[in-house]
Amino acid sequence: MTEIQFEATTAVPAVPQAAVAVDRLRKDFRRRDPKGGRFARRRVPALDGVTFTIARGECVAILGQNGSGKSTLVRLLSTLLLGDGGEARVFGHDVFAEQKAVQRLVNRVSVDASFFKKMSSAENLHYAARFYGMTPSETREAIPRILTKVGFPAERRGEPMENLSRGMQQKVALARALLTSPVLLLLDEPTTGLDPRSKLEVQSFIREVRATHDATILLCTHDLVEAEALAERIGILDRGRLLALEPAGDLKERYGAETLEEAFFAATGRTFEDEADEDDEDDREVYA
Amino acid sequence: MRAVALTMKHELIGLAGVVERNVYLTRRYFYWDLAFFLWTVANTLTVVFIAEGFEATGGEIDVDRATTTLLIGAVVWAYLGIIFEFLTETVAWERWEGTIEYTFMAPLSRAMHLGGSGVFAVLYGLVRAILLFVVVALFFGLTMPDANFAAALAILVVASISFFGIGMMTSVLPLISPEKGAQLGFIAQGMLLVVSGVYYPVSVLPQWMEWLSTISPATYALRGIRASVLDGAGVAWADLWPLLVIGAVSIPLGLWVFNRGEVYAKRHGKLKRSG
Repeated sequence: MTEIQFEATTAVPAVPQAAVAVDRLRKDFRRRDPKGGRFARRRVPALDGVTFTIARGECVAILGQNGSGKSTLVRLLSTLLLGDGGEARVFGHDVFAEQKAVQRLVNRVSVDASFFKKMSSAENLHYAARFYGMTPSETREAIPRILTKVGFPAERRGEPMENLSRGMQQKVALARALLTSPVLLLLDEPTTGLDPRSKLEVQSFIREVRATHDATILLCTHDLVEAEALAERIGILDRGRLLALEPAGDLKERYGAETLEEAFFAATGRTFEDEADEDDEDDREVYA
Repeated sequence: MRAVALTMKHELIGLAGVVERNVYLTRRYFYWDLAFFLWTVANTLTVVFIAEGFEATGGEIDVDRATTTLLIGAVVWAYLGIIFEFLTETVAWERWEGTIEYTFMAPLSRAMHLGGSGVFAVLYGLVRAILLFVVVALFFGLTMPDANFAAALAILVVASISFFGIGMMTSVLPLISPEKGAQLGFIAQGMLLVVSGVYYPVSVLPQWMEWLSTISPATYALRGIRASVLDGAGVAWADLWPLLVIGAVSIPLGLWVFNRGEVYAKRHGKLKRSG
């Protein structure tokens, strides 16, 4: 893949260090306490003392049910939330104290391919790229190239986003994230809701990015097969706590499991199908 | 030094990006904007007809002068509405589309982000205000032989600095209340204009409201524009310096208020669409 370069004002340190270093990271949300009266609130932990590191160039998958804290983790690392305790660093930069420096290094693809629906894919990408300092001459050249690379038909780049399928929109979301040459790519359920073919295409593109681009990837998913296929290490996040983070083989061995699903079950005491029964409505919303 | 210049370049490109996006959206929603403009014309007519109605019911009045006075009030009202609307939409629209998280995680300062919305709002608002003024003036056959339109325009542009600062404060509201925050912008617009003599001299206001009128930029904008259009006056220093002072205070204050709101939203998870 041809890497698209632009001048960055935040340097990625040449000295080898963790791309992501998270230490006892905590995030609470306040929610209404039904037992405490009309105005009563209680603090509900969405992330509870999470600690891990990701090496530069590594791909780590975090497995967890809906509401386990995966998206909260991604939002904290992408400066969209402020933590309530602990520390998180991206290439040595504190994500809460040095937000601008972190923002220059990170981009994200989430489960919702959010765009201005009346604008075309090209217009949406132009808009996103400007925020990272890319000039019109740079984007005129880069956007068609990157759209082609993600398998988006060039002739459709003038069409409003609302006319595109969910799979097509997710490809544009990938293009948006890669357009700015991030060194840390946060993928928050990037293939959820896609049809099998689109899912395979997106996964194949993620592999290609890993092979050709100097990117570290944090993949949050509840797709066990996807996690095993794409990541070097797999973490299990349950109710805000990181229970394990190891290569898939080690995880299976540790829990004496044949499959990753069995390992997940052994670690959490639950299956993915159990999630709806576990927490009340408020709690599940909190962990999202 | 080079890093500072590079950062500044990126910031200005980001500001231009917001203007560019608003151009795309305005183009896509052109017919809706046209319909909204027709509504504004109708609304303005209902106000401006008051002068003729007063004469028709036996009142003695210089109808042309009163009509122009009301027209200026209605145009400034509509202009302020556009400025506040665009600034409030900076957050509200992105929240609705779900793009706000991508915008807020980008390495662009909030000053430039909001500045881009402000620049487009002022340009769009000025074009719209001029069109509105011309259409309604032609409708009533108003002649303004002494008018100094250049001075009137200059006052409106200077006043826009303050309007932008106040607009930044209201634009944070959709971050705090996604459902009702945008509507609260209308309250600010109404409060600002009611104390500023939008259709009447501020001297008719109760004392406490008259005092409030001295800290409203719209007071000086309306007074200066009326003097320019009705009497051919130039840009009076008495109107200019308060506008500059209020502008110098309101922009950093607006930015501070917005930043506080953003910290609150990030602390409580309010950037998320369903949050």
